[in-house]
Amino acid sequence: MNSIVHMPKAIPINSPTVPVEMTGLTQPASKTEPSRWFLFLGRHRESTLIAVLLALIAGTALASPHFLNLQNLRDVLLNVAIISMLTAGMTVVMLMRHIDLSISSTVGITAYAVGSLFVAIPGLPVPVAVLAGVLIGCAAGCINGALVTFGRVPSLVATLSTLYIFRGIDYAWVHGGQINATSLPDSFALLANGDVLGVPVLVLIALAVLTVIGYYLKHYRGGREFYAIGSNPEAANLAGIRVSRRVFKGFVLSGALAGLAGVLWLARFGTVDASTAKGIELQVVAAAVVGSVAITGGVGNVWGATLGALLLGVINLSLVVLKVSPFWQLAIQGALIVLAIATDTLLSRAIARWTMKKRDHGEA
Amino acid sequence: MTTPATPPRLELRHASKRFGEVRALIDASLTLRRGEVHALLGENGAGKSTLVKILAGVHQPDGGELLVDGQPCRFARPSAAIAAGIAVIYQEPTLFPDLSIAENIYMGRQPLDRIGRIRYDVMEQAVEEMLVSLGVQLKAAQLVRGLSIADQQVVEIAKALSLNANVLIMDEPTAALSKPEVERLFAIAERLRDAGVAILFITHRLEEVFRLTQRITIMRDGAAVHFAATSEMDHDSIVAKMVGRDLATYYPKVDVVPGEVALSVNKLTRRGVFKNISFDVRRGEIVALAGLVGAGRSEVARAIFGIDPVDGGEVLVQGKRLQLGKPALAVNAGLALVPEDRRQQGLALDLPIARNASLTVLARLGRHGLISANTERQLAAHWGGKLKLKAHTMDVAAGTLSGGNQQKVVLGKWLATNPHVLIIDEPTRGIDVGAKAEVYQTLTDLVQAGMAVLMISSELPEVLGMADRVLVMCEGRITADIPRSEANEERIMAAALGQAEQPLRRAA
Amino acid sequence: MNKSKHFSWEAMLCVVLIASLALGRGLSPDFLGASNFSNLLADFTEIALMALPMTLIIVAAEIDLSVASVMGMSSALMGVLWHMGLPMPAVIVTCLVAGTLAGLFNGVVIVKFALPSLAVTIGTMALFRGCAYLLLGDQAIADFPGNYTLFGISNVGDSFIPQPFVIVIIAAILFTVLLQATPFGRSLYAIGSNQTAAHFSGINVARTKLRLFVLSGFMSALAGVIYTLRFSSARGDNGEGFELSVVAAVLFGGVSIFGGKGSLVGVLLSLVIIGVLKNALTLSDVSSEVLTIVTGLLLLSSVLVPNLLARWRESRQRRALAAA
Repeated sequence: MNSIVHMPKAIPINSPTVPVEMTGLTQPASKTEPSRWFLFLGRHRESTLIAVLLALIAGTALASPHFLNLQNLRDVLLNVAIISMLTAGMTVVMLMRHIDLSISSTVGITAYAVGSLFVAIPGLPVPVAVLAGVLIGCAAGCINGALVTFGRVPSLVATLSTLYIFRGIDYAWVHGGQINATSLPDSFALLANGDVLGVPVLVLIALAVLTVIGYYLKHYRGGREFYAIGSNPEAANLAGIRVSRRVFKGFVLSGALAGLAGVLWLARFGTVDASTAKGIELQVVAAAVVGSVAITGGVGNVWGATLGALLLGVINLSLVVLKVSPFWQLAIQGALIVLAIATDTLLSRAIARWTMKKRDHGEA
Repeated sequence: MTTPATPPRLELRHASKRFGEVRALIDASLTLRRGEVHALLGENGAGKSTLVKILAGVHQPDGGELLVDGQPCRFARPSAAIAAGIAVIYQEPTLFPDLSIAENIYMGRQPLDRIGRIRYDVMEQAVEEMLVSLGVQLKAAQLVRGLSIADQQVVEIAKALSLNANVLIMDEPTAALSKPEVERLFAIAERLRDAGVAILFITHRLEEVFRLTQRITIMRDGAAVHFAATSEMDHDSIVAKMVGRDLATYYPKVDVVPGEVALSVNKLTRRGVFKNISFDVRRGEIVALAGLVGAGRSEVARAIFGIDPVDGGEVLVQGKRLQLGKPALAVNAGLALVPEDRRQQGLALDLPIARNASLTVLARLGRHGLISANTERQLAAHWGGKLKLKAHTMDVAAGTLSGGNQQKVVLGKWLATNPHVLIIDEPTRGIDVGAKAEVYQTLTDLVQAGMAVLMISSELPEVLGMADRVLVMCEGRITADIPRSEANEERIMAAALGQAEQPLRRAA
Repeated sequence: MNKSKHFSWEAMLCVVLIASLALGRGLSPDFLGASNFSNLLADFTEIALMALPMTLIIVAAEIDLSVASVMGMSSALMGVLWHMGLPMPAVIVTCLVAGTLAGLFNGVVIVKFALPSLAVTIGTMALFRGCAYLLLGDQAIADFPGNYTLFGISNVGDSFIPQPFVIVIIAAILFTVLLQATPFGRSLYAIGSNQTAAHFSGINVARTKLRLFVLSGFMSALAGVIYTLRFSSARGDNGEGFELSVVAAVLFGGVSIFGGKGSLVGVLLSLVIIGVLKNALTLSDVSSEVLTIVTGLLLLSSVLVPNLLARWRESRQRRALAAA
């Protein structure tokens, strides 16, 4: 790993022609800089999000003392578990400066397909069912990935199309029917409703999935490539990254997670028809951008996104507890998306300006 | 420098490359040896960038031979060039702004532990050492976003070195650097050369060629036309090889008696960029704004035209005060700006010539507010004819034209507004010799007709050949106002470097 | 070169149109009847009204995904205001103003903060739809006055042209003139092709974009009003998913998703094709949900087909070069 092979290290490079001011180029910030809190916000977005989350919980608890109980906690976690897995997939796609709007249709069609499998083969082992769901999701992801990489279709157009195409296929297939909980084996329902030491299995599954993806994104080359591609696609290509292949894999991963989410959706709710999970893509995009995953790629991580999902989940529950019309949900989501994008962009611009000013200051 | 027995590190023989109708390279050859800094010279459009991209594996040549250490070779993709030890430092570094310096350097080949996890500690330590040995104060864990261009180039160089690259191709690395930054870069380059690295150095500044390089390859119109040791060449012989014709015929300067003041700039200030800029430009006068890249010249032009904000000062056009910050008002007041970057700022490349030509006069062109395609075409044809634009019809996309013809479209689109003042930023950047002469002729015709011209240029011969008066900027201030009769390269360069009138170390 | 490419896309649309007419004739004998034709025309009123400003927006290299939500919001608002007892003209004007304000909101957020319109309008798509639900919940309001709903369902005189379609024709003419022959329209191509160059040419890019989104809001609200009258039903979920059809129609009409290219003639052709296909399939008992497959496929193919053709041409060129 030793670095500079062709360069004797002893020679000092500071030739006399380099003036002293040059060293000021990259000096650390002076402590008295007035806009330091900007930088703090920018560097500690997760902490900021946790603070908002706690404030929201405290506020709701003050308004309605019943709010803080185990059942509510369980409900929130169960609700967020599935969304957070989808958000992790969306994070991966958004890191690459793409978007996957088709996930809700993939969830719907997978849930129905796996339900139909149980109807057709009543004794189907649960792991096989899960695997089948993931594979269906992978297939959907492959279609999106192929359209974006091989077909060079912008991901917005590609996945907006498949959002409707997959849903249309779902409708054509289901034809007004539905799957009921009675068709599903009890062991399958345990996947969502069972407990291990009081913690719902579904939550444990989600935690495991999030941990694996989060760890992969941080600690493995493949994970870093997602960041690199979104940060600068051209540089990624020059660095020898197989960009198309990586983008394709990202979409397959997003599809696979949507497939898994579909299976778990079926396990959790039991009843599934053609309109299952319709519209949740907006909730997932909202969770990701609120969790400071940049829509322009290269910035964000699974934990931030999960916090975003959690925040949305708590908001939704608070609405129920405070007896506010559930029709607020969608409007709040929308407002949060706009707000999150605006603050994120303005914040990062302010930081960029600030760094630049610091640099120029050092130079002068 | 090298023994004849060892084959050159890198050799390109008779390479050709075409993009659709455009023949970017016709016959390009280059020999690069270990331990030399080799200058690749040529006007913009001569094919240097294409050659670089072939060496980098970005493009594949249609014909010719590439030899690495004497062995025939073909780079199918950038990674193949990297594997052969060739690294390219582009003028605008291609880095990942959202990742740390260390990750930028090791992307795709991070050190791993047994189960494939990235060893961040090892990686950052290696980069830390590398940065120290390059003599720069950067931290491995620092994000690239916010680094200056110069620092980003250092990161690129560190990346190349970590790749064990011993061929370093620098594509106009100094174009966007300040003087001290250039010196730092040269110091690094010299150290690498002494350590046996072969460096291909592309630049437009001849003084840098004499300062740094040992051998020269000169390109013209897609072909390599001259190979020589740097010591055998001088300034004029290089320029003659580059342009392939005599310099004197270039500048059709005529003497015009200046009229009243058309553009008056008073104490224009933009914090951190330029300060207290004051000057006048009279009708019939060409005033050049000279100085180094980064001195703030283009920024002044953009501020006058209302594109960049200002913090203070005023601009008068024909004696009337101009409200700053709105390009539309500047156009109405009779200002025109032919910008520095033609492709980014001057043209909508996908649109036809006619559509480009009408952009500045859309509101005036219509009858009852409606525009017909025919009026547009007539307008474009009128100015195209005057400027000797070479195009089959006015309906072809502007992007398909050569640099010179593109510049004529931009000029035409502004002359169509019938301006009092023409601000022209780098009038001949990236255009061929014939078109240059035509642009100069046009400028001459315009001042004879009473227009006031403010010309920003980095090319001293152009400044000396065309300007009635030379204003020199250095670090955001005007440091000299030199009349034509007293202008020479030494005085301008001294003022551009911020030195009080003293002789300049001249390499040529 | 550019021109001939456009021409061929529009020629291709003409061929597709004839093919889909033939398909419709084959699927159902009623297809070419006057009453069906008037259904067909009426059915694409709203999509067309929203596709017109969307064309301008996409030419300027932006996008507005919130159109269908603005439409739903104006529909819901219409129901609420009518129930509150406002006179019908006042109701309609208020709805149009509300839609225009929604467009203004999009425009201000996008222009003032320089944010990507895609991201912002995904947000406002949810926001405005949420507002529609907030206004009406899951109720439906159907008791609009007869003389207004009659406008929505009757034809001009004895012809097969539905009255709302007249509005489409007028709007189409106005937008065509606006895009092809006014300084405003011309500047859209410049902005879509190279925003910086447009700015350097003295074009007020920010103001132009703001106007585009305001225009889009107004037209979406108009679509909402007409939709409500045609079906005599104000609901929060009116027009859900229409943004797909609108974007599909525009892109299928040959407008480049990257901006700077396209014409309204192509978009109008593609609107007719989509209308014909939908109508033909509906006649053969295909449900509206399944129909979205067709819209989705059209949207995909409008980008995919040219891309694949370009790929094929490239590889052929490369092979020819290698052979030479």
